Amino acid sequence: MAQRGQAGRRGQDVRSDLWVGIEIRDQGGIEIALTSRVEPYYGERIREQTRSILDALQIADARVEIEDQGALPFVIAARIEAAARAAGAADGNARPERSVPLPPPSPRDRLRRSRLYLPGAEPKFLVNAGLHEPDAIILDLEDSVHPDQKDGARLVVRNALRCVDFGRAERMVRINQLPSGLLDLEEVVPEGPDVILIPKVEDPSQVAAVDRRVEECCVRAGTSRAVWLMPILESALGVEHALEIARASDRVCALTIGLEDLTADLGVAKTEEGDESIYARRRVANAAHAAGVEAIDSVYGDVGNLDGLRSWAVRSRAMGFEGMGCVHPRQIRPIHETFAPSRAEIDRALQVVAAFRDAESKGHTVVSLGTKMIDPPVVARAVRLVDRAKAMGLAVEEANAPESEP
Amino acid sequence: MSGKADLVSNAAGRRVPRIVNGLEQIPYAGVGKHVPAGRKHAPRIVSCAAHPSNGNKVVGSLEEALRRCGLRDGMVISSHHHLRNGDRIALEVLETAARMGARDLMWFPSASFPCHEPVMGLMDSGVVHHVEGSMNGPLGEYCSRGKMRGLGVLRSHGGRWQAIQDGEVTIDIAVIAAPTADPFGNADGSHGRSACGSLGFALADSLYADHVIVVTDNLVPFPCVPWQIQGGAVDHVVQVDTIGDPAKIVSGTTEITRSPDRLRIAEHVARFLRDAGIMRDGFSFQAGAGGIALAFVMVLKDMMKEAGVKARFVRGGSTKYLVELLEEGLTDYILDGQTFDLDGVRSIASNPRHVATSPFTSYNYHGKGCFATFVDAVVLGATEVDVHFNANVVTHSDGRLLHGIGGWQNCLFAGCTILAVPSFRDRIPVIVDEVTTLVGPGEMIDVVATERGIAINPRRKDLADRVRGSGLPIRPIEEIKEEVERICGGKPERARLADQPVAVVKWVDGTVLDTVWRLGD
Repeated sequence: MAQRGQAGRRGQDVRSDLWVGIEIRDQGGIEIALTSRVEPYYGERIREQTRSILDALQIADARVEIEDQGALPFVIAARIEAAARAAGAADGNARPERSVPLPPPSPRDRLRRSRLYLPGAEPKFLVNAGLHEPDAIILDLEDSVHPDQKDGARLVVRNALRCVDFGRAERMVRINQLPSGLLDLEEVVPEGPDVILIPKVEDPSQVAAVDRRVEECCVRAGTSRAVWLMPILESALGVEHALEIARASDRVCALTIGLEDLTADLGVAKTEEGDESIYARRRVANAAHAAGVEAIDSVYGDVGNLDGLRSWAVRSRAMGFEGMGCVHPRQIRPIHETFAPSRAEIDRALQVVAAFRDAESKGHTVVSLGTKMIDPPVVARAVRLVDRAKAMGLAVEEANAPESEP
Repeated sequence: MSGKADLVSNAAGRRVPRIVNGLEQIPYAGVGKHVPAGRKHAPRIVSCAAHPSNGNKVVGSLEEALRRCGLRDGMVISSHHHLRNGDRIALEVLETAARMGARDLMWFPSASFPCHEPVMGLMDSGVVHHVEGSMNGPLGEYCSRGKMRGLGVLRSHGGRWQAIQDGEVTIDIAVIAAPTADPFGNADGSHGRSACGSLGFALADSLYADHVIVVTDNLVPFPCVPWQIQGGAVDHVVQVDTIGDPAKIVSGTTEITRSPDRLRIAEHVARFLRDAGIMRDGFSFQAGAGGIALAFVMVLKDMMKEAGVKARFVRGGSTKYLVELLEEGLTDYILDGQTFDLDGVRSIASNPRHVATSPFTSYNYHGKGCFATFVDAVVLGATEVDVHFNANVVTHSDGRLLHGIGGWQNCLFAGCTILAVPSFRDRIPVIVDEVTTLVGPGEMIDVVATERGIAINPRRKDLADRVRGSGLPIRPIEEIKEEVERICGGKPERARLADQPVAVVKWVDGTVLDTVWRLGD
């Protein structure tokens, strides 16, 4: 009985991707019909790779049809494996060899000014994403991926985590809504993503479920590497539960908000100024800070309007958010600039820190700067701001304690 | 051309034919090494007595004009490409010649476009023997497959002037499509419904061809001013309904790329010019109309404003982005070779500081200087660059003809030549061990700017010193190449090509730099 499966995309407009059709047979060995834009350069290697993946999947007899539009090897591997699974192959491990070493694990309070969304079904955007130096990239399995492409995207994302160098960017994966998001976890958690974004969270139990599954996956994979969670609140109910959601797991590192779905839920239009979501965003920011996690804003959708992005980001930072999502790399720099503390803020924070150290060294219990008393929370905030500024690569020179007033 | 070609190794180590289309060739000898001798080609002497004293050279049809020019088999027919993909005249000339029974013509365009694809049929039927000029798309494929009876000859814009001037190519009949002309033959590209801006690429044809026909869809009473082409060189004027499709002659708007990688490359280039101190008051630059080049102009413009710096001149191909520089006072002049969009056409027709230039003074290597050599910086594309900084702009990595040379080779003489290229396209490495076709010798290429870093030619230690400490991602070209090979899954196999030349690439001095080989089966 022949079993057929297919995966990937075909057609004139497809670039850096491929379509694979597999017919698993009872006999006859492996037959490969390849057309490829890169046939003169990599045709033989694509055939070798195909054979080796089929071998890993324990498929000995099959006809494989490939229409390749210049896909990179990690994409080819993902598409072949997806097609084989669709044809019923369930055995074997065809994970490509890890060609990029795992970066060091993320601290929970890492700098997360920008996170660049990358559709998991569109491999061509993946390979150079890290060059644009976002604080994080998000390999998206949810809204940007058509329901028909979910299985394929999951494998592309899994392979990308093994084979694509994202530079210094933190590697986030947005899983699908539960329960199918739990399947995503099975595939991606063993590859050591730094953060899992959980969409449309309305209830702390959803976070707890993800936490449990992540834990199980880590145990099975024999890893104790940190995997953080970032719940996305995208409904009125989710926003009202913000604090409980933020506290639902020790893995939660940040709360964020999704305004497209939220405005739909509220039945209001999404505007340039965002007045309709002010309450929700303030509530989420407040809950995040109350729970001791980061507050991260939504995305600004108009890629062409960098001035609009900047003013949004200025208001966002003033509300207590520490970063935003990006839908295009050109949004990264304006976001980094806007979420960076100003020179005056850094200088002030350095003075506070210096005054605190000075007081400490002299055994004073009260810290003062000029004629002002400095409360402990102000010191804590200044210490954090200085750390952040350093992490952002802003030149920070330690200030000396200002001379006491005569 | 069938049969075993007689090949010789040139100074770049490339195998090139000794004879091309029956003419003995000089193999490339190195940059500036070939010393030309002799006198320039001269068209035959004619007399005013043989031309109408009332200045009216209008004849009834293209066919009549061709007949009066003595069209016969084996002639060289030239055309210009200022009408780009909207051109109707070049093809009409060849088809008219076909109806008149001519055979074995050599078509000598300054470039060809997709609208010229029917020339393949004319080659199949024997009307056209071969093409000397850029061949892209299906025409490039036709040549690459060895279907042309003669060899293709690819020349730069300056090299085309040189070939005409030096008598390597003798034009029998030049047909100049003109957006505006008068009955005497004066012609202008910047006015009329088919306006295309400059007509510079037709100037050599008008000066050196034995016969010159001007074809216009906007005949005005004498005088047509400005007269980019002078009536004193013109035999006949033909009036037609339309010389082309205005929508395809110039683009309405030129769009800047939104590709993040290309924007990143553009930014690398602009920062390099700024941080190397090349962007300074009174400087000059040239960038093409490709996506990266346009984005580069936008980024550089902001940097110029920020630094309070103004250019003395910028080189076209002009687009609205260069016109904005001119109109905002960020450059004193645009010296334009060709005009790409409506803003460019409007500007060249109305702004005396937007000047039409010809390849004679801008590009021709066999002249008393050409100003391409003292443009401070050029930003160019390439299909491949190798670790020795040699570059290819005419063939795809698989050996297929893809682009003409354009002004590319001529621009390499600038003070700082920057190739702005992605390090790979899809899965095709652009940075390679050895280029498939050599079009630009590595000693002429100073900087290769990619999305993964900027490589400086080790010959330009001065540039490396100037950008040290700038924070730019300067990397050895080998390192970028190796990274690309890691991403693409190993070194690409070399294209398998047959040992049969289908075209040659000329250097700017008319010597043969490299051979384009027939595609393998």
